[in-house]
Amino acid sequence: MSFYIVQFLTGLASAASLFLVASGLSIIFGVTRIVNFAHGAFYMLGAYVAFTLTERLSGTLGFWGGIVGAALIVALIGVIVEMVLLRRIYRSPELFQLLATFGLTLMVEDLVVLIWGPDDLLGRRAPGLRGAIDFFGQAVPTYDILLIVLGPVVLGLLWLLFRRTRWGVLVRAATQDRDMVAALGVNQKWLFTSVFALGVFLAALGGALQIPRDAVNHTMDLRIIVDVFVVVVIGGLGSITGAFVAAVLVSELNAFGILIFPKISIILVFLVMAVVLVVRPWGLFGKPEAAARQTPGLSVRPWRPLSSNERLAFIGALIIAAALPLLGSNYALIVGAEIAIFVIFAASLHFLMSVGGLASFGHAAYFGLGTYGVAFLAKFLGLPMIVCLLIGPLLGLLGAMLFGWFAVQLSGVYFAMLTLAFAQIVWSIAFQWVEVTGGDNGILGVWPAAFVATPARFYWLALFVTALSVIVLRVLVFSPFGYSLRATRDSALRSEAIGLNSKRIQWTAFVIAGTFAGIAGALFAYLKGSVFPDNAGIALSVDSLVMVLLGGVETVSGAVIGAIVYKALSIWLVSYTELSKLVLGGMIVLIVVAFPKGIAGTFGNLVDSGRLPFFKRALPRASQAEGAE
Amino acid sequence: MSVAPTLLAVEDLTKSYGGVHAVRGVSFSVAAGEIVALIGPNGAGKSTCFDMLNGQKTPDRGRVRLLGEDITGRPPRAVWRLGVGRTFQITATFPTMTVRENVQVALVSYANKIFNVWRSTPDFERGEADRLLELVGVGGYAERPCGELAYGDLKRLELAIALANHPRLLLMDEPTAGMAPRERIELMRLTARIAREQSIGVLFTEHDMDVVFEHANRILVLNRGTLIAEGSPDDVRRDPQVRAIYLGEGLVYDARHREGAGA
Amino acid sequence: MRPGNLLLSGCLAVVMAGMAAAVTNTAAMAQSEIKIGEINSYSALPSFTEPYRKGWQLAVEEVNAAGGINGKKLVVISKDDNGKPADAVTAANELVSSDGVAMISGTFFSNIGLAVSDFAKQKKVFFLAGEPLTDAVTMSKGNRYTFRLRPSNYMQAAMLADEAAKLPAKRWATVAPNYEYGQSAVAVFKELLTKKRPDIQWVGEQWPPQGKIDAGPVVQALAAANPEAILNVEFGPDLVKFVREGNTRGLFKGKSVVSFLTGEPEYLDPLKDETPAGWIVTGYPWYDIKTPEHEKFLKAYQAKFNDYPRLGSVVGYELIKSAAAILAKANSTDTDKLIAAAEGIKLGSPFGEITFRKSDHQATLGAFVGKTAVKDGKGVMVDSVYRDGANFLPSEADVEKARPKD
Repeated sequence: MSFYIVQFLTGLASAASLFLVASGLSIIFGVTRIVNFAHGAFYMLGAYVAFTLTERLSGTLGFWGGIVGAALIVALIGVIVEMVLLRRIYRSPELFQLLATFGLTLMVEDLVVLIWGPDDLLGRRAPGLRGAIDFFGQAVPTYDILLIVLGPVVLGLLWLLFRRTRWGVLVRAATQDRDMVAALGVNQKWLFTSVFALGVFLAALGGALQIPRDAVNHTMDLRIIVDVFVVVVIGGLGSITGAFVAAVLVSELNAFGILIFPKISIILVFLVMAVVLVVRPWGLFGKPEAAARQTPGLSVRPWRPLSSNERLAFIGALIIAAALPLLGSNYALIVGAEIAIFVIFAASLHFLMSVGGLASFGHAAYFGLGTYGVAFLAKFLGLPMIVCLLIGPLLGLLGAMLFGWFAVQLSGVYFAMLTLAFAQIVWSIAFQWVEVTGGDNGILGVWPAAFVATPARFYWLALFVTALSVIVLRVLVFSPFGYSLRATRDSALRSEAIGLNSKRIQWTAFVIAGTFAGIAGALFAYLKGSVFPDNAGIALSVDSLVMVLLGGVETVSGAVIGAIVYKALSIWLVSYTELSKLVLGGMIVLIVVAFPKGIAGTFGNLVDSGRLPFFKRALPRASQAEGAE
Repeated sequence: MSVAPTLLAVEDLTKSYGGVHAVRGVSFSVAAGEIVALIGPNGAGKSTCFDMLNGQKTPDRGRVRLLGEDITGRPPRAVWRLGVGRTFQITATFPTMTVRENVQVALVSYANKIFNVWRSTPDFERGEADRLLELVGVGGYAERPCGELAYGDLKRLELAIALANHPRLLLMDEPTAGMAPRERIELMRLTARIAREQSIGVLFTEHDMDVVFEHANRILVLNRGTLIAEGSPDDVRRDPQVRAIYLGEGLVYDARHREGAGA
Repeated sequence: MRPGNLLLSGCLAVVMAGMAAAVTNTAAMAQSEIKIGEINSYSALPSFTEPYRKGWQLAVEEVNAAGGINGKKLVVISKDDNGKPADAVTAANELVSSDGVAMISGTFFSNIGLAVSDFAKQKKVFFLAGEPLTDAVTMSKGNRYTFRLRPSNYMQAAMLADEAAKLPAKRWATVAPNYEYGQSAVAVFKELLTKKRPDIQWVGEQWPPQGKIDAGPVVQALAAANPEAILNVEFGPDLVKFVREGNTRGLFKGKSVVSFLTGEPEYLDPLKDETPAGWIVTGYPWYDIKTPEHEKFLKAYQAKFNDYPRLGSVVGYELIKSAAAILAKANSTDTDKLIAAAEGIKLGSPFGEITFRKSDHQATLGAFVGKTAVKDGKGVMVDSVYRDGANFLPSEADVEKARPKD
């Protein structure tokens, strides 16, 4: 019995650190609607700074002063980030801030290695809290007891802050209705800044408190960020109590789950999230999201099919691309093929995100299923390449049919997180089912057939499939189905009132996007010659999001540009610079600031303002409405 | 009017939220070509009632029949397919599309081409879309982004969208809210003409008593969830219960009406 | 300019500097050179790859100081793989098709090693794997183009199982990261130990995800199984968390612990004064190896970098030394000639002479087995003995059975 009590207490201690970080994320999201990908980076910075401070300051006071001081210093960094970077892009399309914070995270990962060195760092133990107390023969670390107490204390303090101060009331009001607070004449800028600072403070505190338990290292950010998102979503967005309950739930399920299934940890949080979201779509303590209002100031430029000049430009670009084998080296062709494949992948997500308004955080699942689809067909059935390429993507389609059906029942961030959970489930199946998938050692020897084995021929194949996919997706956008899908995104109320079955339309779009991702995956398997669980991993899902956002989510085909720019940059930087993450992150931050609507979005605005005469469209301004006919 | 067949028949419609009756035992009918106003003070249950008619909400009790067919509890999209068009108190349109495309989407749905993946929507039944836009008086704005329209024009656009499926019944929730007085009269005259020409039944809610008494063939008065009066504008105007509820408003109306009659 | 723009200017400066670095990297190279491609997880795993890089840089310097390879200068072109197999294949492509390297070398993670090995097989390129430990590289997924330097999972398990068999403990529990490396380490160790000691019982196992151990519950769960001995395969930050929780909760008290790789400075040093004493580990006690070969290496390394070597340094150093020896013996960059030269080649190493076995292309580089202890607030290995890899190779019969026929 005492064992189970101690295991329970241990779970509570794990929950405490998770809760601190999660509550910060929840507060930031609640008020600013920023999906703060850099939250893990702030957590990590908290640990690094606390390490430095506690090494320099001695004694009990020095230790705790170092912990709190670290959190304050990192919160200050957060304030600078908010004022310099995020303030410029609050009015950008939804999720664009994710791109900026992703860029920051990349930079921080390289920066901490530059500043603190590559070795794992062992932080000081808390003075007086090194040992354990005996509980009926079981040891309970005293530091755990501190954490167990700290969790509810922080929860209580936050509760007081939000219920008993004017600032807290404003924050709660802003969480419920942003526009209303603006109307009250509150200085929204400073409200956002202070909220961001508080959130970052909590993340950094969570990180700093880890130093007596963990090794401070440069992967801490990614280790925690996804779990924290999951906790926030399980608890219900914007609910601090929910975050607390979810952190306890997840930690306790893990603590007891491993007693029965020692391999459960790898997937547990995602299983819990998937179940919670399917049963309670708004998380345990969340409230249904009010229908999103149109972001003020968002220019809404109706999409139109390409003008004849634009078609010429597209064909010209295609001809130039097809001529690459005459000019480029074999390596350029291999990189070209990879970029082409990512164009399909990004375009498929873009279709779902920009036309359907469904931002998937787990799009790599269908890409990965495509890679495994061809790998199974090629290795187990020994089918020829063309057959594999045609049938392989169907695994992506089937996966999208299954998961999409559940996912489209939700919307917004909840949709995003459920897709993430499904992607992690796909990933962990690929990872764990060693007999079939080879586990993390993957499936080797998926090489293209002789007739496309040369880099030039494979490149042409990839380019052909890519051009076809992009054209098909474009035709889809302007087809009745594409318009119906956009209708469900623009106004759920109106589309239902004109006979559109939103869920079925969105489900179909999900399946289409999944199939195209599967096509990209199928080609990718042949390009690389081997298939790994990575192909369905979070990193790849994030890459696809970044490509779409970079290109511009409000455009018809921005993802094409986003994929080319992002993929070319990252391949080039990884090859030629030591600090590829720092440089790539820096570039993303710059692009975010320079092109607040994405690259293609900003370009499109230039076209419309008439500054690029060649691409001038017959888009009537308000005054020339009649003359356009 | 009495010879027109009953289009919409509502029996004993009831809905409550947490023990509070929003709508209680409401029964009425609308005939083809008839324009019926549903009025009542704020919180009388007009919107709830409306939402139950096209399936936005499910009643706790009671039936809604369209041409004798029971449509109670069917989802809005199914009700629409039976020929019920709807406009909303706060307009609901597709802001990222042009004005014409807004109508074209409705036409796509009406033609059951939702899952068509190869045709070009901007060319889809363009003529019909433009005809509808002309009909409601926004033909000149066809190529404009819908998000740029003035509020009154949005209301007209909604009417065009609602007409895209050749409806038998139009449900209009405060069709003239937010419009200038002249626009209101224009829009309602237009609606009345369309209803007459195409023999469409119209049920609308409205706060502006000028509009109501000018255009409604029949008026239903709702108070605290129950129907307290029903009849021709004149009957309703004379009804003491209605007068009690509308107190000042009714008097103001009388005064204005006389002025109007004199001019 | 608003003060806020400073941060953005900083980003701009970083980007410009990165581009400048890229341009200088692509400077043209002379004719009288032999180029070797090298791929590793530099950004994903700097704690290993930084000393590793220093190791191979030292080797390149030594090779060229001694006249290069039959008079030609040895050049290593190094690429980062981001810790992803797909990126490693891109890098391999670049090295082969763009840089025209004579061979590929390096890699750390098993899946990356396998991806590159399969690439080598497909493109018929010589591949010298440094670190990836999975047995598949030389056994079930071995191919004639791929050679491996470090002692494999099997060999390390065999070294540890020898020691474990001498312990009185009968009740064993295991903890290992939940991926192929951890799984196969546990599986091989169990098999070898059970063979030597049929009386042993396996009473518990824990499989925390790699990099994400929730150490408290894991330690508790292990303790609940009440084992007499524990096999640990955790490493890196996971190891630190596991050890800290285990120490605090008294998990290791009165129990024997046998642990993979823990004696390597990369993993031992971060533990500082919290290093658990008395664990039986494989590793690299650089402070304790008194052979002339090692003294020479140590002196050269410390002189050049003013730092002590980690095991990665030895791997990087010996990787390039092996590559140079193979190139010199083949006196050609032709792949078939390289393979012929590499099979059975003998060369020196900081640990003594090694050879690449013909049948499975595995080098006989060994490892040190010893016990952990704390000295001056630092973790060290004591009583360490070098185990020559040659004595722990899988049998020729097993190789014959497992390796696909080329």
